[in-house]
Amino acid sequence: MQKILCANNISKSYGEKEVLKDINLTLDEGELVCLLGVSGVGKTTLFNILSGLMKPDSGKVLLKGEDITGVSGHISYMLQKDLLLPHKIVLDNAALPLVISGMSKKEARDKAASYFERFGLLGTEKKYPVQLSGGMRQRVALLRTYLCGNSVALLDEPFSALDTLTRSSVHEWYLKVMEEIKLSTIFITHDIDEAILISDRICILKGQPAGITDEIVIDEPKPRGQDFVLSDKFLEYKRRIKLML
Amino acid sequence: MSKKYRDNKNKKYMDVVVPCVVLVIVLVIWQLACTFSLVPSYMLPSPVRVVKAFINDFDLLMEHAKTTLTEAVLGMVLGILLGFVSAALMDAFKVVRQGLYPLLVLTQTIPPVAIAPLLILWFSYGIAPKVVLVVLVSYFPIAIGLLEGFESVDCDLVFLMKSMNASRWQIFWHVKFPSALGEFFSGLKIAASYSIVGAVIAEWLGGFNGLGVYMTRVKKSMSYDKMFAVIFFVSAISLILMAVIKLIQKKAMPYKYIRKQDE
Repeated sequence: MQKILCANNISKSYGEKEVLKDINLTLDEGELVCLLGVSGVGKTTLFNILSGLMKPDSGKVLLKGEDITGVSGHISYMLQKDLLLPHKIVLDNAALPLVISGMSKKEARDKAASYFERFGLLGTEKKYPVQLSGGMRQRVALLRTYLCGNSVALLDEPFSALDTLTRSSVHEWYLKVMEEIKLSTIFITHDIDEAILISDRICILKGQPAGITDEIVIDEPKPRGQDFVLSDKFLEYKRRIKLML
Repeated sequence: MSKKYRDNKNKKYMDVVVPCVVLVIVLVIWQLACTFSLVPSYMLPSPVRVVKAFINDFDLLMEHAKTTLTEAVLGMVLGILLGFVSAALMDAFKVVRQGLYPLLVLTQTIPPVAIAPLLILWFSYGIAPKVVLVVLVSYFPIAIGLLEGFESVDCDLVFLMKSMNASRWQIFWHVKFPSALGEFFSGLKIAASYSIVGAVIAEWLGGFNGLGVYMTRVKKSMSYDKMFAVIFFVSAISLILMAVIKLIQKKAMPYKYIRKQDE
């Protein structure tokens, strides 16, 4: 099977300081890969490169075999903060990527509105982001990311701002939606539990300069419920990952 | 909890009541000082006389106010346009900012009273020199407010827009300009009070109509009750103008006045 996204030998330094060295990363269609690493290891830099916002010093990023190194707009990118525009109502926030790509405002609104039910946002269309709770804001941001219309999404700690209870319900929901809309995702987190719970594969980013030192496949059916979290298998995965870090 | 709520409500209520009471006390003391001739009446007219003067000259004052307001609003509109264009240019091109910004600050050190006679010399006694002066005094707070607003934009938002392949214009229109609205309105409120004062100052130095002209006339005829009446009138106009701007702001930025969702 063809890999949907390939990053080959990506290296990047800021001045004298090498941040990333020879990163190789692949993503299958529909796969959810998690990048795990301590804060400041260069995860966000790697995302900026994958999304084309930043050029690597060397290496290539291939999307379905096509070279997109340093070209933005091909991969949906959701940053750490939800970054909703406070002056736009929820519907217009979600429809923003459509408007940016040249769709008329009305068409964009109609298209965005048709996803509100699936994303659990019905009834919030005319509200302003300040009127929503953190979990709902995150859903809007995810819908906006999805409406960018790319088959690959990069999510930078999308759930880190949510409290534990909200987070687990958002996890479940996200996995469901992802399957429905056939999205392939790379996902940053520094939460081991979260990584084990939702990813197909976990890549450990470590060192200075950082490289992908280990990879671990989580071979468990999804959705993985609370039983799994308390099982020995889960702890075994967690133990292995802790050793890798 | 309920006590806290009551306190909060009380506080809002007190915010209005306290200054009103103080104002009334000041007026009463002033009136008493005049009634008992503690101050000679030609130096300080009593509040009652000031009110009477205002009522007597009401039509005339309105006539002059029309001119002054026209100058102020016209000047402010031009100031907004100019401020907007230059702030956008300064934000877009670093070299424009480097060249223009120090010059802008420098012009602000010149008192308006000092340039008003020059403006009258250049643009004669009509409405033009007044409008120009208003433009000069209102331009700065608007331009600086907008510029700072543009610069305060979250860079991550710009990053996000770029990841969607947004053009510079789209980033400006969807992100930068709306984010700068708050600062813009703060600048506009300052500009509004400046512009009335600016128009009045320009009228002092020569003209046929306007509250400033009225002021110089009543001063020459030593009618200090009318002088006080027009002074209060001018500050009332400034306050009304600011209130109008606040109202426009509420309409333009409804999201700023919505209570946050409690989680």
